[in-house]
Parts: sequence; structure tokens; C-alpha cells
Amino acid sequence: MKEVINLPVKNIEEEEYHINMGPQHPSTHGVLRLVVSLQGEIVKSLKPHCGYIHRGIEKMCEKDTYPQIIHLTDRMDYLSAHINNHAVCLLVENALEVEVPERVKYIRTIIDELNRIASHQLWWCSFGMDMGGLTCYFYGLRDREKILDIFEESFGSRLLHSYYTPGGLMMDIHPNFQANVKAFIKYFRKKIKDYDDLLTGNVIMQLRTKGVGILSREDAISYGVTGPSGRASGFACDVRKHHPYGVYDKVDFKEIMGTKGDTFERYMMRMNEMHESMKIIEQLIDNIPAGDYSAKMKAVIKLPAGEYYQRVEASRGELGVYCISDGNKTPYRMKFRSPNFSNLSALDHISRGVKIADLVAIGGSLDYVIPDIDR
Amino acid sequence: MNSIFEYFADIFHTVKSLLTGMKVTGRYFFSPGEIVTQQYPENRKTLKMYDRFKGEVIMPHNDHNEHRCTGCGICETACPNGTIEIIQARIDMPDGKKKRIIDKHIYHLGMCTFCGLCIKACPSDALAWGQEFEHAVFDRSKLTKTLNQPGSSIIKDIVE
Repeated sequence: MKEVINLPVKNIEEEEYHINMGPQHPSTHGVLRLVVSLQGEIVKSLKPHCGYIHRGIEKMCEKDTYPQIIHLTDRMDYLSAHINNHAVCLLVENALEVEVPERVKYIRTIIDELNRIASHQLWWCSFGMDMGGLTCYFYGLRDREKILDIFEESFGSRLLHSYYTPGGLMMDIHPNFQANVKAFIKYFRKKIKDYDDLLTGNVIMQLRTKGVGILSREDAISYGVTGPSGRASGFACDVRKHHPYGVYDKVDFKEIMGTKGDTFERYMMRMNEMHESMKIIEQLIDNIPAGDYSAKMKAVIKLPAGEYYQRVEASRGELGVYCISDGNKTPYRMKFRSPNFSNLSALDHISRGVKIADLVAIGGSLDYVIPDIDR
Repeated sequence: MNSIFEYFADIFHTVKSLLTGMKVTGRYFFSPGEIVTQQYPENRKTLKMYDRFKGEVIMPHNDHNEHRCTGCGICETACPNGTIEIIQARIDMPDGKKKRIIDKHIYHLGMCTFCGLCIKACPSDALAWGQEFEHAVFDRSKLTKTLNQPGSSIIKDIVE
């Protein structure tokens, strides 16, 4: 009898166990599977499993001509579709050394910033929902709808636009475009106060995010965390500021920087970026120069043989496009350095030692879009 | 003493922040004028899409059942997904020559990604965006459409 009593009893509190978060979990915002190793409810480690929505966009690019590649990049980070298109267009234009009309540069910059606001609005509402506030979701989507209406009137589609082409734009902006954008800015300046009242100042949300999921500056650089998530840690990585494209060198805007690198700081980065984006649009919207909406391009675009790299600031971080051309009308190899993939790689490091409920908050603040991770 | 003061200050701030949030939701609750929801499908009769709305690719025909498509096949090569298939026919001209014209312009709506490259590429402006967006059907084969209407011909002043 004595031996039976002395058998080692497994202590349930010390035992590690694994749970699957996703691929069908609402807080992963798509089909991302996280295998979380838990001790009690403390996260010990975490393994993201990607590939559930892999479509082989990089491989598909190898059979497509350069104008055809544009519509594939829409489908990577669908919330910043215009900015993805911009990256490929800039790559082709810089490789061919085409001078794009000033009008195109102004319009592209305005639309990029509108896209960034729309993306941050959707992030805000889904982050609020992750924190348990469903009201945020409705308010965020309501305001995003205003931007989507502007897009729909001007380019005909709401999410996947394919509006930029190498050398310019598909068509000129709609005559109502400028008035609509100005009306939106006026509207949204009022509504963004609701956002602060509803979620930013909320005690429950602040307690759940302040001091949770800290990413240091060194780690942000070594993991390659860019965009608002990287800047929250004090990593000055705004491509618009440091390697300007479009007309970002002509406008006055601040690179929003944080110091703490916790979840709340990442939240504040995006809230402040919406204000900065509105500032950029206001400076440009009245000064769009007249001119052509597209440069003259050849019917068949062939890049000279060589390697090209172009980066832009997408709404979640730095998007890089790397292209090897062998002189044909299709690229030999196309590689996208997507911001979400690098940001996801830091998730394991950030979330070690936090509670499982905080993992949802951290994931929400990193703001990953799964089709961009898998491509 | 200090900790008791902080304790009550915490409670005060918590209640205040929650009330601030509830003020926002309460304001919308009592102002039905701010409701922006569209009552689709009840508003189908009055719903009008924007002029540039990309619903589907169509081939506009005039009153005499004539279109502008020459059947050159540039849209077929411009399409990234193989959505468009051009089937050409040969007809005998009065002067004895043979001419290629369009027989069928087949459009697979199910494969279309609405990038608009075919419309941009068309040299004779034969294609345009249609405003129809209710594309749900019970059978996938119904998504394959022939854009040129039966018995239609080309407008005479179009040169190849």
C-alpha cells in the first residue's frame, strides 16, 4: 500500500499542454493557426502555422506580364490594396526610368493615405471587438464605408481596385473626388473623437493593454517588425519619411514614434497615424496639378535584365518587392517582403509569459492580415 | 490612508470612463437620424450604382443590334486569368476576299477578377463595365456568357 501512496502525482499546474488557436478563431482575423503551449493559462511558447490561404502569388507573377501583376498584389494585403499596387508600379517605373506626371503622384499619394485611414479604421473596429466591445465594430465600419464610397465612385470597386497601372492610373479621378474627400475629412475629424471616448479612454481596455506584450527596440529591429508596430518600440522605420516616394517629400507630416512598445503604444500609433494621414490629404487635395493621368508607356512592357527592389510603407509596415528580370515581358522571379509575415514572427517572442487572454490583445495590436502572410 | 484614497480615485475614474463611452452609444441610441444602414434588398428598386461601378464586363449594342468588336483578340491576351475566349468566323466579302469577324465573345464571369485590363486594352472601345451585381446563380455553367448578342453585327465605321 505504501508504494501506491508514494507514486509521483502529476501536478496539473506545472504540466504544459498545447491548444490550437485557429484556424477558425475569430480573433486571428483569418485562417491563421497558432499552436499555443500553455502552463495553466500562461503562454509558454507559440508556434504559428501558415499556409492555409497560400495561393502562390509569387509563382503566378512569373507567368503574368507587369500590368497583369498589379491585380494579384491587391489580393495580398487586401486592406491596403492601393499601396501594394503602388509598390509594383514604382518598381516598373523606376526600372524603365519613366517620368510619371506630377498629377499622378499627387493622386496616388492621396489615395494611399485614404487607404491607410480605411485600413486603420478596420483595425480599430476589429481590435475593439477583440477586447470585447462590439460597438466599436459598427462605428469603425460605418466610417470606413465613407471612404469605400469614395473609392467606389472613382474606381468602381470597394476593396480590390487595380487602379494604378505602370506609368499612371487606369482612368482619371471622378469629378466629385476632391469634394468627397474634403467632406470625409471634415466628417471623420468629428467622429474620431468618438473613438477616443469609446475605446482609448476606457479603463478596461487600458488595463488589458498597458504593459502587456512589450517588444523592445532591439527586438523590433532584429525581427524586422515595421510599420506602426515597429514604431511603437522606437524603431524609426517609416519609408515615407526616410525613402520618400510619390510626393511625400513635399508634404509636412510627423513620423509617429513611441517608446514603450507595449500593446497600448501600438494602439496609439495607429490612432495618431490617422490624424497624420488626414493632415497629408488636406495639404494635397486642393493642389492636384492639371495634366495627364498616365505617362506614355509601350504596349508591351519589358524590363531590362537585372535585379530591382522597391519598398513602400503599407498600412502595416514596409512592403518590399524584389524582382529579377531576364529581359522578357514577364519577370523571372518576383518576391514580396510582406510586413505581416515579419510582424507575425515576433508574436512568439512578445507573447511569452502573458496570459492567454492577452494573446488576443497582442495579436489584435499587431494587426495581421493573413492573406499577406501566406501570399 | 493614501491607498484608500487611490482606491476610491480608481473607482471614480473607472465609472467616469465607462460613462463617457456609454454617452457615445447613448447619443446614437436616441438619435435615429444617424442610422446609415441600407435596407437591401428592400431598396432594390431605388438602388443605383455609381457610373463607374464594376459589376461585369458587357459589350454595348446599339438599337440596330450592332456592336464595336472586331474580334482582334487583344482583350483575350490582356486578361490575366483566361476569362475571355474569342471565337472567330470567316465570311466571304462581296469582292471575293475572306474577312475574319467575331463569332462568339465568351466571357467566364466566374473567373473574372474585375481588373479592367480588357476594357483598357480594347482598341475599338467595344467593352464596358455593366452595373449589374447580383450574379448569384444555381448552376456554374450560367456564369459563362456570350457577350455579343445573337444575330448582331459590327458597326460599319469601325476599322481594324
